[in-house]
Amino acid sequence: MTTALLAVLIVAGSRNLAHFDAALVGYTFATLFATFGITYRYAMWLERPPTRMYWRRGWQFFLSPRELPRNLVTATKRAVVEFAGNRFIFRRGVLRGLTHWLIMWGCLVAAAITFPLVWGWIHFETVPGDIESYRTFVFGVAGGEFPVDSFMAFVIFHGLVWASFLVIAGVMLAFRRRMIDHGAAAVQQFGEDILPLILLLAISVTGLMLTVSYTWMKGYAYSFLAILHALTVIFTLLWLPFGKLFHVFQRPAQLGVSFYKEAAARGEQAHCRRCDAPYAGAVMVRDLVTVERELGFRYELEGRAEHYQQICPRCRRAMFGLAQASLWTGHTASSED
Amino acid sequence: MSVPRQLEFFVDPSRCIGCQSCVQACSECDTHKGESMIHLEYVDRGQSVQTVPMVCMHCEQPTCAEVCPADAIKRTGDGVVQSARKPRCIACGNCVMACPFGVPELYIDRQIMMKCDMCYDRTSVGKKPMCATVCPSQALFFGTRAEIDALRPQSTPTNRFRFGSQTITTRVNVMVPRSKSPPLMLDVTAAMDERPENRNVRLNVVGNSPSTIEPMLDPFAEVEV
Ligand code: HEM
Ligand code: SF4
Ligand code: SF4
Repeated sequence: MTTALLAVLIVAGSRNLAHFDAALVGYTFATLFATFGITYRYAMWLERPPTRMYWRRGWQFFLSPRELPRNLVTATKRAVVEFAGNRFIFRRGVLRGLTHWLIMWGCLVAAAITFPLVWGWIHFETVPGDIESYRTFVFGVAGGEFPVDSFMAFVIFHGLVWASFLVIAGVMLAFRRRMIDHGAAAVQQFGEDILPLILLLAISVTGLMLTVSYTWMKGYAYSFLAILHALTVIFTLLWLPFGKLFHVFQRPAQLGVSFYKEAAARGEQAHCRRCDAPYAGAVMVRDLVTVERELGFRYELEGRAEHYQQICPRCRRAMFGLAQASLWTGHTASSED
Repeated sequence: MSVPRQLEFFVDPSRCIGCQSCVQACSECDTHKGESMIHLEYVDRGQSVQTVPMVCMHCEQPTCAEVCPADAIKRTGDGVVQSARKPRCIACGNCVMACPFGVPELYIDRQIMMKCDMCYDRTSVGKKPMCATVCPSQALFFGTRAEIDALRPQSTPTNRFRFGSQTITTRVNVMVPRSKSPPLMLDVTAAMDERPENRNVRLNVVGNSPSTIEPMLDPFAEVEV
């Protein structure tokens, strides 16, 4: 459905494909496939019992009429600070924050420029009677005009170059960390961690080579480079739903979860059935019991608690020690199978 | 890289002397620099010095991973349940609440869950985890089955645990008395009302007659205050 919607928008935005750039047809189909893939993967993801539960609860608490105005403010603030600014990644390490910020903004800028162009939503025309000016068309409607040799034109037509610089710098930092950090090196996997970096680097470098080719080398090997660049982009788009970059679409869940957790923290607290200390929001404990049952876990108990989830993590660790010790002292915290 | 099959973790909480060495060593691990992931828990601090070193047990069917809404926790082919995948974890805390052994920890400021990953940077190249390297009482032991059999003639490893109606099987083992065969399943929730034994430190240097023990009751009786 989202794919169909995008297709319709492409047709409409390009005025029945009149301003659709035929050279970009490969890109267009790749974006359509990627949209389908991402939607499908997202739907599969939402099928998982915990994800479904958290998705529902996130929206429920976010939209609760009494809290909505405040939630909107908080959501905006978090979107700016945590998402746009990557504050929480900077807290993991300044270089790690910078790495991600560069990659993310590089990709966002590039996407903001290319997708509307590819889909024919934006195109430029020289202003009739004034070949020194460009006029922007958004969804076929005329927008602002600017002179060809202005600073504005330089910035806009080289937007992709600036974006590539950001991405390349970020990817280099990421590679650096993956090479010198023993911890990262031990757990990284090629397909999951290295491939996305290679892809982003390949897109940026081949893109830059295109610019170099037509600016300084009179278009040397331009068509070969164009195909190479297209291949890297199309492959990345098709791979989006499967690999690490899916986090771009999944990550907003972070916001939903924060509203759920805050609502739970304000509400009734669950007290551990063993030590009586409060340890979590009661609603979260109840939801987790539901999720565990849906998943087929059987943590049901008899006696003090009906479910193991009603025991706090600290008591769980203590009980583990007590159970083992009791085997040696002759008590009977064991069962033969 | 993966952890060799024959290398296993053997935990014996009853040997733990609460010295905190593992806690210090853990924070030097490269996969979670500066943060200690091991929980050194006092069982009942007011009553007893008994402590439990709690590492991730690396469950075969990890509850933490299954309840994770972001699908951030993955078990690698060698049976190690890895810490949350960094771009995925949304710091909801489900895993912290769900783990039957109380292992994962949440770092809200960084929006990430971290947990013991058996020092993957070390074990995946055949080294011992940090904690097992420093544990003076060998409550935390990492090696082969043959080694542990030779070292502990009185005990035998088990990797099955019971929590109410749920049985959990893990890659990490716990030592239980060997006499009780077939190998035991440790029933954790049966210890719900268990209290720590008061350790009765008796050196048997003096005889047992009350008259000789009497003056020993206050070891500081002669100290001037
Ligand atoms: C166009 C958008 C984005 C792109 C292209 C992108 C790309 C990437 C890449 C390539 C990595 C891996 C870095 C490495 O190998 O070390 C990564 C990691 C990560 N991303 Fe993104 N990302 C985007 C948006 C976001 C957003 C909006 C968020 C959430 C607010 C996010 C959260 C994360 C986190 C938490 C990590 C792990 C970072 C770490 O701990 O070092 N990403 N991203
Ligand atoms: S012990 Fe806890 S954290 Fe470790 S794998 Fe099992 S459920 Fe996950
Ligand atoms: S805290 Fe992170 S790893 Fe744990 S359940 Fe939530 S999203 Fe998953």
